[in-house]
Amino acid sequence: MPRTQTPLGLFGTEDLIGEDDRAIRDTVRAFTADRIRPHLADWFDEASIPARELARELGDLGVLGMHLQGYGCAGTTATAYGLACMELEAADSGLRSLVSVQGSLAMFAIWRWGSEEQKQEWLPRMAAGEAIGCFGLTEPDFGSNPGDMRTYARRDGEDWVLNGTKMWITNGSVADVAVVWAQTDDKIRGFVVPTDTPGFSAPEITKKLSLRASVTSELVLDDVRLPASAMLPEARGLSGPLSCLNEARYGIVFGALGAARDCLETAIAYTQERDIFGKPLASYQATQLKLADMSLELGKGMLLALHLGSLKDAGTLTSEQVSTGKLNNVREAIAIARECRTLLGANGISLEYPVLRHANNLESVLTYEGTSEVHQLVIGQTLTGQSAFR
Amino acid sequence: MTNIVVLVKQVPDTYSERKLNESDHTLDRESADAVIDEINERAVEEALKIKEAGEGEVTVLCVGPDRATDAIRKALSMGADKAVHVSDEALQGSDMVATAKVIAGALGKVDGYDLVIAGNEASDGRGGAIPAMLAEILGVPQLTHARELSLEGTTLKVDRETEDGVTHLEANLPAVVSVTEKINEPRYPSFKGIMAAKKKPVETLTVADLGVDAGELGLSGAAATVLEAAPKPPRAAGERVEDDGDGGTKVVEYLAGQKLI
Ligand SMILES: Cc1cc2nc3c(=O)[nH]c(=O)nc-3n(C[C@H](O)[C@H](O)[C@H](O)COP(=O)(O)OP(=O)(O)OC[C@H]3O[C@@H](n4cnc5c(N)ncnc54)[C@H](O)[C@@H]3O)c2cc1C
Ligand SMILES: Cc1cc2nc3c(=O)[nH]c(=O)nc-3n(C[C@H](O)[C@H](O)[C@H](O)COP(=O)(O)OP(=O)(O)OC[C@H]3O[C@@H](n4cnc5c(N)ncnc54)[C@H](O)[C@@H]3O)c2cc1C
Repeated sequence: MPRTQTPLGLFGTEDLIGEDDRAIRDTVRAFTADRIRPHLADWFDEASIPARELARELGDLGVLGMHLQGYGCAGTTATAYGLACMELEAADSGLRSLVSVQGSLAMFAIWRWGSEEQKQEWLPRMAAGEAIGCFGLTEPDFGSNPGDMRTYARRDGEDWVLNGTKMWITNGSVADVAVVWAQTDDKIRGFVVPTDTPGFSAPEITKKLSLRASVTSELVLDDVRLPASAMLPEARGLSGPLSCLNEARYGIVFGALGAARDCLETAIAYTQERDIFGKPLASYQATQLKLADMSLELGKGMLLALHLGSLKDAGTLTSEQVSTGKLNNVREAIAIARECRTLLGANGISLEYPVLRHANNLESVLTYEGTSEVHQLVIGQTLTGQSAFR
Repeated sequence: MTNIVVLVKQVPDTYSERKLNESDHTLDRESADAVIDEINERAVEEALKIKEAGEGEVTVLCVGPDRATDAIRKALSMGADKAVHVSDEALQGSDMVATAKVIAGALGKVDGYDLVIAGNEASDGRGGAIPAMLAEILGVPQLTHARELSLEGTTLKVDRETEDGVTHLEANLPAVVSVTEKINEPRYPSFKGIMAAKKKPVETLTVADLGVDAGELGLSGAAATVLEAAPKPPRAAGERVEDDGDGGTKVVEYLAGQKLI
């Protein structure tokens, strides 16, 4: 009997997606199939991606900052943005990270909190992929608690002088502009730092076992002198960077499911081809139980993602709801990836198949944009009214 | 300003199973996913390049059932400006001559065309003759199988590539061109293009609007009638040669027996 249904087909999610959003998603899917997938195993193996070239191509499509309005951005729905993230991450979480950091962290920070001058200077070039951005919040000693950061911006006449170190910064070494968050005498403020400013350097972090097809860097700020106009005027306090993280997390709610879907599709195909004890692996009950359970989690996660998408498009999505989606969908995605790995046996550990690459990538996705534990605490706090962070 | 009309056909996706209707042996268009023919994406790309290099307007012309609007939308989202869609029950089962007449009739509804760009061969019908038939009906030059095309003023230059080699062709507009797979790599529609496509004008016409005699169209108007169609027989198992030291000789004997060497 031929296959008649896909995991998401069981949930009929296709009917929940509008025509334009579908066309946008299909374009991203075609783009990744033609331009990305053939190279992924090598990029991951060699821990290098042609970030500049990719940024241009993604810019031509309209992916970068796609859900922002104006300044050369495409201005799509939030749902379309989520679906694009899903297709990008179905290819590789590293590719989705490049896009999330560019659009939801760096561009969003400038778009939401920047001056008109900053927007005009950076957003059109960033939307086109001519300029790459990064977002420096985390420090070597402060990750889940960025409010305690040590990077400091000192006033010197009209100028600002920045000193400090940022860690684990996606796109850092390839960026033209860094949005850097620093303590000041008046709360935490954001700064738009051209990466050719004297005193700025961004050495790449190597020896990663996850997100290898993504550039991760340290940012070193050594007496980086900036004009007064470099500060983001509208952001004051931790709510500035947190608002950006909320945007990127929203993309991950969809993105993680893309990685899971790719693993599950691979496993379904593989178990049909692989004969064990004289019959296909797919024909064993133990296999089918695994496939059925994984499909349920994938589908439930997709329904949640699409629902959060509608809420975001309606303008009513709250940050706890984004935490809920991020916690559930990343946790289930990594569980699916690992389970699929078992079905592929030894082939599961090879770069000939995408599953362990996805599972390893999802380790980073589990940690960045708020660890799973942090999101549990966010949800716990909203349920009980008690903060358990410290 | 160059007015370019691109002929776009919606075809069954080559990845899906393609079937014929049992009753009249025409293509069962409902059974498979329908997409814009890839060669026509290349035709659209070529038109857009000409437009972007100078001035021009790109009109998409499609003869096909109602759901061909998806193929039209794709061409518009790539950047074409407007579309003409001929849709009529009477067209069901039309042959190539009839299709060419309908396309010629529809071109009469586009105000002033300079250049018509088609694919060299559709992936379903594979007739590969519509562009030539159309040029004949219109009485304009045909420059088919173009692997490269350039336009200087109103002079069109084409490198025509066939099994016989490459020929350099030159003609004055208006003209009909058909392109091969080598002509270009079509762009992906941009997100802005996708969102703008819905707002672009699509004129829908029926056979009655074209001044074409409906009696010449459809299955009954076709010059040939299909009496019978059968799926091609499954491939036979082939012959196995055991190598007892004389395997090479046996293979040569077999090939010689088949008159292959
Ligand atoms: C590949 C990659 C790319 C990244 N890109 C960026 C980037 O572009 N920009 C950027 O600013 N940052 C980036 N990060 C950093 C990321 O956001 C941080 O790693 C993350 O916030 C966690 O911080 P940490 O690593 O310091 O872990 P820690 O905060 O030290 O956490 C360690 C453990 O303690 C747990 N924990 C923390 N707080 C509590 C608590 N209150 N109660 C109980 N348990 C707790 C955590 O859940 C975790 O399990 C990136 C990270 C990676 C891996
Ligand atoms: C409404 C309609 C219903 C039909 N129904 C059936 C059917 O039920 N069963 C069946 O077997 N055949 C059907 N035909 C198909 C028809 O007989 C041939 O496919 C058609 O005449 C074109 O031949 P071809 O595809 O071989 O063209 P080719 O000469 O191979 O095509 C070359 C190029 O001509 C252009 N072109 C071709 N056809 C069209 C078109 N329709 N619109 C715009 N541009 C075009 C394209 O640019 C194409 O790349 C139908 C055709 C139409 C228009």
